[in-house]
Amino acid sequence: MNKRWAVPAAFAVAAVLLFAVAPLALSPFRLDQLGRYLCFAIVAVGIGLAWGRGGMLTLGQGVFFGMGAYLMAMHLKLADAGPGGTPDFMALISSDGVPWWWEPFRSEIVTLLAILLLPAAVAAVLGLATFRRRVRGAYFAILSQALAAAFAILLIGNPTGTGGSTGLSGFRGFFGFALSDPANRLVLFFTVAGVLLLVLALVRQLMVSRFGELLVACRDAEERVRFLGYDPANVKTVAFVVAAFMAGIAGALFVPIVGIVSPNDVGIVPSIGMLIGVAIGGRTTLFGPVLGAIAVAWAGSALSEQFPSGWTYAQGLLFMLVIAFLPGGLASLAWRRRARAAGPASVSAPLPAPSGGN
Amino acid sequence: MQQDYLEISGLTVSFDGFVAVDGVDLSVLPGDLRFLIGPNGAGKTTLIDAVSGLVPAAGSVRYGGHELTGRKVHRIARLGVGRTFQTATVFEELTVLQNLDIAAGHRRGPLALARRRRGIPEEVERAMETVGLTELVDAPAGVLAHGQKQWLEIGMLLVQDARLLMLDEPVAGMSAEEKDETGRLLQRIGADRTVVVVEHDMDFMRSFASSVTVLHAGKVLAEGSVGEVQADPRVQEVYLGPGHHSRAEVETVLGEVS
Ligand SMILES: Nc1ncnc2c1ncn2[C@@H]1O[C@H](COP(=O)(O)OP(=O)(O)OP(=O)(O)O)[C@@H](O)[C@H]1O
Ligand SMILES: [Mg+2]
Repeated sequence: MNKRWAVPAAFAVAAVLLFAVAPLALSPFRLDQLGRYLCFAIVAVGIGLAWGRGGMLTLGQGVFFGMGAYLMAMHLKLADAGPGGTPDFMALISSDGVPWWWEPFRSEIVTLLAILLLPAAVAAVLGLATFRRRVRGAYFAILSQALAAAFAILLIGNPTGTGGSTGLSGFRGFFGFALSDPANRLVLFFTVAGVLLLVLALVRQLMVSRFGELLVACRDAEERVRFLGYDPANVKTVAFVVAAFMAGIAGALFVPIVGIVSPNDVGIVPSIGMLIGVAIGGRTTLFGPVLGAIAVAWAGSALSEQFPSGWTYAQGLLFMLVIAFLPGGLASLAWRRRARAAGPASVSAPLPAPSGGN
Repeated sequence: MQQDYLEISGLTVSFDGFVAVDGVDLSVLPGDLRFLIGPNGAGKTTLIDAVSGLVPAAGSVRYGGHELTGRKVHRIARLGVGRTFQTATVFEELTVLQNLDIAAGHRRGPLALARRRRGIPEEVERAMETVGLTELVDAPAGVLAHGQKQWLEIGMLLVQDARLLMLDEPVAGMSAEEKDETGRLLQRIGADRTVVVVEHDMDFMRSFASSVTVLHAGKVLAEGSVGEVQADPRVQEVYLGPGHHSRAEVETVLGEVS
């Protein structure tokens, strides 16, 4: 019966760590850092579903992360500027005032809805268009990479609308609360932690549901699924949309915590970075992507404080090593140990997913 | 039920100019257990591929009042057309129960899909009994023996509620007892369904076929009862080479003549 309680217990431990231990043990600066790692963990939960369970090598999650982040940043800049006002950076570059497509995001409701719906809607259109055409495996990965690159270029090439390569920064308030107030920052951290637990619960439900089984079936034998009367494109699109939805929310939370968003947070390199933790933690598991993402983000800040350029290489190397020697991620070590303990006759040990992007 | 027959006419499949199925006409009625035989490369698998929508084809395939050619694979499946593959294809990481449950589910709505399965659906229970996999309900399909995988695939067709079943070499690699069991299973499920079986195993065919179509080089060579087909000189020529053949020769290749 310990299997039945394992997941609720893990949720409880995570809740205690995030809501009690972390705020007590960490300085406000470190807590902010952890909040940033949790944002990547939220992205990772979605990637775990789309890649680990659905076989879609989503190398362009920066696009959805960036959409959420920029939507939030636009709203915060407008709110800082006050009703009818022009954000500071815009006033510096041009005298045209606020572009028409910024205007809707003066509204809190519109902004929140856009953060929740826009990345998901874009993912739905993209997903249906690509999966219906049976674009998959490496081709899908390359396509999503290209998208991330295009998105970053679009942002850079449009400085009056998006702040160009420096991005948007210098936010003072967050829905009426001053971001400089430590109490508000604590609430912000709790919000991120709560969202992480919620998205984990959502993905957990999807994994154990019939949809989750169907998704694994599509990952392992997409063609076979068709002969059972399903269109795998729809099944995969749902998982892709959920992943994009989570990335969008993560991006939106990233902005008030970090205080800046720029094309450097959404392009190819950060998109790959979002995937590495998932690979290392174990992409087919529920908690593996979260732990992997936090670990990689933590190592990233710790190492890049000392060796600014070394971390990029270390990250790439780590990724290759895991893919080559431990395709199931660190979580597969635990299965192996359990499988060995249960003896060779055991047939119920979960098998690590064999193929990468197919 | 009168609508539920398969009618293929002028079916042609070509791959870059190579004609694998060449103007085939074929009708199969419900309750018939039709065997489709022919030498390697005759076009048997390609014929099934064309009916199930996997390869584009010219000509017409009608089933249950619908034209199948030009439709997508999953739409054809929803019209009650099911098939198995020459190499058993099941979802190896999923259990027998999960495999069958997925096969049962293409009509499920989003809410049903978002929920966890509670208990074993009735049709899955029945199919497991029919194909004899009840004991293995929680075994991952990947660990099943070859024959068991074939049975699981047949079970999947049953829960899918396929009315037209096309099986590609279902008994290849099975032991004699397993073949017998499979044959009886096919007779049972074929009583009220339309079943087409591609087979090389002549003894198996002789034991269980109610009618036979012989395919050669993409064309229908002969059609009729097992006895008629075995006695057909053109069939003997394809399987044994040109010239007259003794009864003993025919029996070694085409199975015992009754
Ligand atoms: N996708 C394809 N592209 C090109 N040629 C193909 C393709 N599929 C089948 N063929 C050719 O079509 C012919 C018929 O193949 P098919 O697989 O239908 O034969 P079969 O009767 O099922 O044979 P077997 O008994 O060996 O399974 C063969 O010559 C084969 O090489
Ligand atoms: Mg064949």
